[in-house]
Amino acid sequence: MSVRHALLALLGTAPVGAFALRQEFERRTGRTWPLNMGQVSTTLDRLERDGLVAEVPSDGDVPHYALTDGGRAELESWWAAPVERGVPARDELAMKLALAVTLPGVEVQAIVRAQRTETMRWLQALTRLRGEPQADDVAWQLLLDHYVFAAESEMRWLDHVQARLTRAGAAHPADAAASTLASERERVVARGDR
Amino acid sequence: MSELGGAAASRGPVVLSARGLTRVHTGGPVPVTALGGVDLDLRLGELVAVMGPSGSGKSTLLHLLGGLDAPTSGSVMLAGDDLAAMDRAGRARVRRRRVGYVFQDLNLMPLLTALENVALPLELDGVPPKTARREAVEALAQLDVANLASRFPGQLSGGQQQRVAIARSLVGPRRVVLADEPTGALDSVMGEEVMRVLRGRVDAGAAAVVVTHDARLAAWADRTIFLVDGTVVDEAIAMGPGALLAEGGGRPW
Repeated sequence: MSVRHALLALLGTAPVGAFALRQEFERRTGRTWPLNMGQVSTTLDRLERDGLVAEVPSDGDVPHYALTDGGRAELESWWAAPVERGVPARDELAMKLALAVTLPGVEVQAIVRAQRTETMRWLQALTRLRGEPQADDVAWQLLLDHYVFAAESEMRWLDHVQARLTRAGAAHPADAAASTLASERERVVARGDR
Repeated sequence: MSELGGAAASRGPVVLSARGLTRVHTGGPVPVTALGGVDLDLRLGELVAVMGPSGSGKSTLLHLLGGLDAPTSGSVMLAGDDLAAMDRAGRARVRRRRVGYVFQDLNLMPLLTALENVALPLELDGVPPKTARREAVEALAQLDVANLASRFPGQLSGGQQQRVAIARSLVGPRRVVLADEPTGALDSVMGEEVMRVLRGRVDAGAAAVVVTHDARLAAWADRTIFLVDGTVVDEAIAMGPGALLAEGGGRPW
């Protein structure tokens, strides 16, 4: 998560102080990624050092910050560029299953089933959360949807893994199955996120 | 064989109960076990989802629960009647009074209006037409489609047709809904809408079993059971949003 760009985005409308920045960030992202004041201050210092923001006069005693021309250009290019989807972040589940299918003595089907139950519970809880009154908040709703779709695609992937293992007819199919797991997961996730 | 209790304390009485349900198809060269011994209790106020790969016995289970098919062994008690002990005609009688089916392809009669479609099961059961129609209007109104009563299925959108199909499944005294991929023909937003409607009816005192391959829709249920090769292998019981909320009722993250 780029805190740096998030702060630039928030400073894009009006100059604000560090505390207000943190509050705005958390409000707009449904408090999904809590920020501490230290992170906000450090990031502001670096942005100032890089000439992207500058301190501006304010009524109170707290310093306020505004975008410089360079900061505005940086922000524009952030909005314009897609979030890069290169080498995926390490996913514990994909890694666990890839290891499970290649190592002897591991009950892969049991792992898949336990995970499916857990992911289903997570999905059930998310679904109930979406019906709560606070779900009116559009940003929050959008984030919940994001997690719902991610959980759904994980379920589909787990079904797929199970079907694949069943077809291979053994708890330990050929190593080829393991090496394709991760890439298959990427494909299923991509489809599920449409 | 699995014992499926579920978080039952806060719900109504058991309305549908299956014990040791098996179904073996003997028509082919070798007998095929479609269902290998399933126990299930469904309470009023409860929504249960059934998931599993194709051929895992989901539809077979639903057919046995609703008396569309007879088990090879085991019992199905539906509101006090033992379906397994009845002949085909007896099962059909109980089914019409107690169970509403929702099918993936809806099965609405194209030459009947929405109202006539919903009233049909009551009329087949000998309810006088006037009463049947009055109850059909009520059922349509509960699903917010009373204004579409005089339209034919061909004049309705997919979502509207699905609401009519659900109204038909719940018209009259019936409280048990068995739905086989009820959102199969709908897009994802409409599919959720159907689950919302079903959830609302269940919360208002009905009970439902929904077969679906869509985890996002299954998540609306109080619990999800997973079938593989005709047996229940897992069950996920919903804990409610409290499980995700931070202390003091704040957001979970």
